[in-house]
Amino acid sequence: MGRRIRLLPILLLLLAAPSDLRAEPLVADLSNHLIAITTGFTGADVLLFGATDGPGDIVAVVRGPTGRAIVRRKGRLFGIWVNKDATDFEEVPNFYAVASSRPLDQLLTPEMAQRYRVGLDNLGIRPAEEAGPDTAMMTALIDIKKTEQLYRPTPGKVVFLGGQLFRADFHFPANVPTGTYLIEVMLVRNGKVESAQTTPLVVSKIGVGADIFEFAQRHSAAYGVVAILSALMAGWFAHLAFRRS
Amino acid sequence: MQIYLPIAELSVNLFLLLGIGGGVGFLSGLFGVGGGFLMTPLLIFIGIPPAVAVATQANQVVASSVSGVLAHWSRDNVDFKMGAVLLVGGILGSTVGVGLFSLLSHFGQVDLVIRLFYVFFLGFIGVLMFVESARSIWRRRRRIGTPRKLHEHTWVHGLPLKMRFRKSRLYISALLPGAIGFFIGILSAIMGVGGAFILVPAMIYLLGMPTLVVVGTSLFQIIFVAANVTFLQSVQNQTVDFILALALTVGGVIGAQIGGRVGAKLHGEHLRVLLAILILGVAIRLAYELGATPSHLYSAVWLSPES
Repeated sequence: MGRRIRLLPILLLLLAAPSDLRAEPLVADLSNHLIAITTGFTGADVLLFGATDGPGDIVAVVRGPTGRAIVRRKGRLFGIWVNKDATDFEEVPNFYAVASSRPLDQLLTPEMAQRYRVGLDNLGIRPAEEAGPDTAMMTALIDIKKTEQLYRPTPGKVVFLGGQLFRADFHFPANVPTGTYLIEVMLVRNGKVESAQTTPLVVSKIGVGADIFEFAQRHSAAYGVVAILSALMAGWFAHLAFRRS
Repeated sequence: MQIYLPIAELSVNLFLLLGIGGGVGFLSGLFGVGGGFLMTPLLIFIGIPPAVAVATQANQVVASSVSGVLAHWSRDNVDFKMGAVLLVGGILGSTVGVGLFSLLSHFGQVDLVIRLFYVFFLGFIGVLMFVESARSIWRRRRRIGTPRKLHEHTWVHGLPLKMRFRKSRLYISALLPGAIGFFIGILSAIMGVGGAFILVPAMIYLLGMPTLVVVGTSLFQIIFVAANVTFLQSVQNQTVDFILALALTVGGVIGAQIGGRVGAKLHGEHLRVLLAILILGVAIRLAYELGATPSHLYSAVWLSPES
């Protein structure tokens, strides 16, 4: 609710300055540039909003930080299922979501979708080794990311309000990975990307949880000692608390 | 109420964790075991990554063993000398175990090995306990006294480094409890358990210790082994989740007290039969999962570019 109210002046400003808008074919921003993962974090919604200088379609892509992924396939060995094969992939985004104002195939040709890395078929993931492309492994990776809610299975909606203002909602689940995300907004006209804008979004652990994680990573020996001492204390307290009764 | 676990990196309902801690604590109070063999699979089941579940469980075992040992110590049922010998082996074993754990996670086989260990040891101990306790129930029904040899001389007594353990009324080679401790230490690191469910039978049947001092002594040594595992897992794998351990401990100590009171009203043999059935149930379930076609053939890990 509070977010909507904060947004209102920005939208009014966009409406009140049509001459400036004409100079910029596309203006877009996020309701929030920081997703703070605190101890009570259950996911977050971020609103993408903006304006165009006239009719056209919007494609918005959210990409999480890219990294390496190892996909393992189970196979039978002496009657039990074990991890048999593994493939390494590079340039794997840890989060991916697309939203568009019309179905993607009506807006972009397959070549363009590939060039602008739009859609789950065009993530830009490549196998780490020169080995032949293992499409089953790649498909599995994307499926796993979908079930983890980290890849949005179907494109979301970009909604136009009037002819020029647009908005799109992006949901980030509780297990959203930390890092710097890039939101790319593209204005598509007559089958061409006429203008594009990129906005960062930071997903970061904040507060006690972040401090604990940092501490565990940087001073792991001290962390271990603290964990042991607190367990010793907890055990001792439990003994004291229940001794009398 | 959701609580964010900083190391596991996910949000879990706090009451679910307290419930799991309480439920497992109840069973551990009832049966006199740590309950790690139930806790770790449960944590994995609710979505905690196996590596975090195993390492965190060791941390929680420290807390539950401390409160257990204090209770047994006040009744003078702890053989500290025996505990110390077991401990020397245990520390070495758990160090080896944590190293092995890192190696296995590197090869992507850690889940499999954890499961195999569980199936094998739970199955083995479950069958042993079931047979033993069913027999003693049978004997009690027929009111036949058990003739027990006071002292049996085997090859074990020929081993060097003999030591006298007064409280356990034993004069045996220190190598034997040392080796048992070493073995349990490895298990403790890989399975994320205290190992009481193996250590207790080993002390009774292999070492011939009096049952009265077994539980306290095993808890005493488990504190240190679990502390060692916690420390090493923190340093090598950064997988100990402090918040998770705390939530489980709070539930666990309350459950254990209730379980202990209920347990005092039941017969020892009946308790052991129930525990055996529980252990066998877990083992059968895990064995089934190993053999059954998995619902997910593929698994994936994502690594940040720095690592």
